[in-house]
Amino acid sequence: MELKYEVEGGNFTIAGNASSGVKKLLKQLNVDPKVIKRIVVALYEGEVNVVAHAYKGIIYVDINAERIHIVIEDEGPGIPDIDLAMTVGYSTASAKVREMGFGAGMGLPNMKRNADVLKVSSAVGKGTVVELITYLSN
Amino acid sequence: MKVSAIIEKLNLTVFGGHQGLDREVEGGYTSDLLSDVMGHADEGQIWITLQTHRNIMAVASLKDLAAIVVVKGFVPDEGTIQQSNDEGLPLLGSNSEAFELSGQLYELLKK
Repeated sequence: MELKYEVEGGNFTIAGNASSGVKKLLKQLNVDPKVIKRIVVALYEGEVNVVAHAYKGIIYVDINAERIHIVIEDEGPGIPDIDLAMTVGYSTASAKVREMGFGAGMGLPNMKRNADVLKVSSAVGKGTVVELITYLSN
Repeated sequence: MKVSAIIEKLNLTVFGGHQGLDREVEGGYTSDLLSDVMGHADEGQIWITLQTHRNIMAVASLKDLAAIVVVKGFVPDEGTIQQSNDEGLPLLGSNSEAFELSGQLYELLKK
């Protein structure tokens, strides 16, 4: 099963729509609630990252019996130093984004903890691709 | 303890999400960082925060939290209240500060 969600940079009002849609779907598919929780945390962080940092992005979701494979592709400034971006507490978020309680430098670490596989690749000035794989049975 | 009982005991305002007042409360989590709540709050908890924008509803809904309490007399944004009603997830308010309210909720729930 394949799904696609568009994410608009800077538009926080609909941040979480993709995560919410995927959560509902996984529930319908009777995936273990604990696994759903992990997937949703990782996806939400990825979604918010696009809203907070990029101009626009697309989230591709592919689900089969074994695993969920999520690819989050954005057009944006990119990440110059991915290792640094993965560090807990490091953030480049704007003051406005921080005031909302985002940009605490916890997004990528939360994603790493909650996905079975996390791959991040980025081209400065072009954009970032985040790939998340989570296996549906323990 | 149900959300409705906590509203009564802690004298909370209900801004929205009346359909969810029967939800069971398993505990609480106090934080103003959304990623912290995403990463560490658990299902069935009441979330105490000073954030008022609608993303708090998205986080609470995704995490299956029991309710949100906005502290210090802050009033949630219109969109936040609307989403609370749409999802039936109670959005509450208190004039207390987060420290006091967390202490009171802790006392209530530890019994």
